[in-house]
Amino acid sequence: MAVVFKKTKGLTDAQTHYCPGCTHGIVHRLVGEVLEELGVLDKAIGVAPVGCSVLAYKYFNCDMHEAAHGRAPAVATGIKRVRPDNFVFTYQGDGDLASIGTAEIVHAAHRGEKISTIFINNAIYGMTGGQMAPTTLVGQKATTAPNGRDEAHCGKPIKMSELLATIDGAKFVERVTVTTPANVRKAKKAIKECFKLQLEGKGFGIVEVLSTCPTNWGYTPQEALKWLEENMIPYYPLGNFRKPEEVE
Amino acid sequence: MAKVLMKGNEAIGAAAMEAGCKYFFGYPITPQSELPEYMSRELPKAGGIFLQAESELAAINMVYGAAGSGVRVMTSSSSPGISLKQEGISYIAGAELPCLIVNIMRGGPGLGSIQPSQTDYFQATRGGGNGDYRLVVLAPANVQELVDLIIEGFDIADQYRNPVMILGDGMIGQMMEPVEFKAPKKRELPEKDWATTGTGGKRKPNIINSLYLQPEDLEEHNIRLQQKYNDIKKNEIKVESYNLEEADVVIAAYGTTSRIAKTAISQLEKEGYKVGLIRPITLWPYPYDEFEKINDNCKGILTVEMNSGQMLDDVKIAVKGKYPVYFHSRTGGMIPTPNEIIEKVKKIYGGEI
Repeated sequence: MAVVFKKTKGLTDAQTHYCPGCTHGIVHRLVGEVLEELGVLDKAIGVAPVGCSVLAYKYFNCDMHEAAHGRAPAVATGIKRVRPDNFVFTYQGDGDLASIGTAEIVHAAHRGEKISTIFINNAIYGMTGGQMAPTTLVGQKATTAPNGRDEAHCGKPIKMSELLATIDGAKFVERVTVTTPANVRKAKKAIKECFKLQLEGKGFGIVEVLSTCPTNWGYTPQEALKWLEENMIPYYPLGNFRKPEEVE
Repeated sequence: MAKVLMKGNEAIGAAAMEAGCKYFFGYPITPQSELPEYMSRELPKAGGIFLQAESELAAINMVYGAAGSGVRVMTSSSSPGISLKQEGISYIAGAELPCLIVNIMRGGPGLGSIQPSQTDYFQATRGGGNGDYRLVVLAPANVQELVDLIIEGFDIADQYRNPVMILGDGMIGQMMEPVEFKAPKKRELPEKDWATTGTGGKRKPNIINSLYLQPEDLEEHNIRLQQKYNDIKKNEIKVESYNLEEADVVIAAYGTTSRIAKTAISQLEKEGYKVGLIRPITLWPYPYDEFEKINDNCKGILTVEMNSGQMLDDVKIAVKGKYPVYFHSRTGGMIPTPNEIIEKVKKIYGGEI
């Protein structure tokens, strides 16, 4: 019988701790599949963040390094600079990458570090229990914004892909989501393109994945997908912001 | 190798390269900038990497990544920059990675000054970052010793999988002295089979980590760390001492202040006073036992520091109330003079303090 689908070797057999309906699981699978398909699992070194994916080092089936909150791009820089022949990636959430680690991601991109970043944007702090993130939408409620994000008080949510696309060293910047099978396929294509860029030694690449947090948003998994499509995509448009050919 | 005249900060770089360190991540700060400048010139010639990070936070986390990948790596800074590095230092200690961290201390608190001081003794020996961990802290008193301790420091770091800190003051970093590069005593260094190098399809993934969510697991990790620290205490204490059997007064000092103390001691001897010295070279582990060698008739211990009394606590722990402990200091970048120390010793002799 022909095998039409099997679990990727890019993930371990560990059971993940993610909540039902959270899209981390899908993105983990896509990253694992791309690592396997590109044949880089044996030379991959991943850097896990602080946030919901803090335990990612248990799930990716390759060498892993746990970083302090926001510092994954600096840790990845240290690894890649001493092991330039390895494939080095970071997997970070929006609190990690867009708040406490803004300097690290901006300067890793600015130096054109030959690393790849998967950026999960779910517009909230998940692991600490639903506090406001720099990416929380205006009006969106969070435990530290009980009346919803007030633009006059804390500004509008930050658009990291647009920001990073202004930096010369960032050679690949794309925002995707995983709300439908078609979007999952597009996300995988972007991740593959981003990872290939590193293998070709072209510079820094990032894929931002708009993701759901049903638990802290207070929705069912299906409602959360709908909320993402109706509220996040209009503010965070999907698409490619930078490709190597545009840069060159 | 013949002796060469080198400035302290540059000698650190040369010694690190002699020890096989090819990677340096840092951020400029006075009074240690000659070191990153030296590394930016010399490391690329030796096939190494110098990278100026966007901040001290990033620099220490680059060290964390590189150390996890199994190479000899270092960073350097001065007091306020070392404060910023504490986050990464705690992670490196927690994940048990070897690396060398140089602190060329300046006056504080806050932005303080750029003049020599010893104000980071507490920070270096008591932790600094969060959690129950220790650094091996080495305090050189001259440029030759600085070079020797850098070279041996990398071996100590590798042997115990622990960060090692060189704690110098601005004076040591800036002074020029003749140095020679000598191989340290041979140690059996363990293979770095834990490093993230890629599995190569030949082994299970390696994970560099300091997270233990189960309290039982974290307690076990902490107990194991303490066992390692106890081994370091047993094996690695370094101290220089002088005339403890005869001395009426013993001076305790490290780094630059120990040199000034030596000048004071030779002057006092000419005048007929019997003065001893305990100079800790490892500030952690601290040479508490050395104080047991002081004769019973000693009138007191004079601690001399360029801070408001930090090693003073360790001296008091060491003497266990057996002798009175006196203190002399200058702070803020001021340096104690031999005469100040001589006056103080004479007052202790005369029972005036």
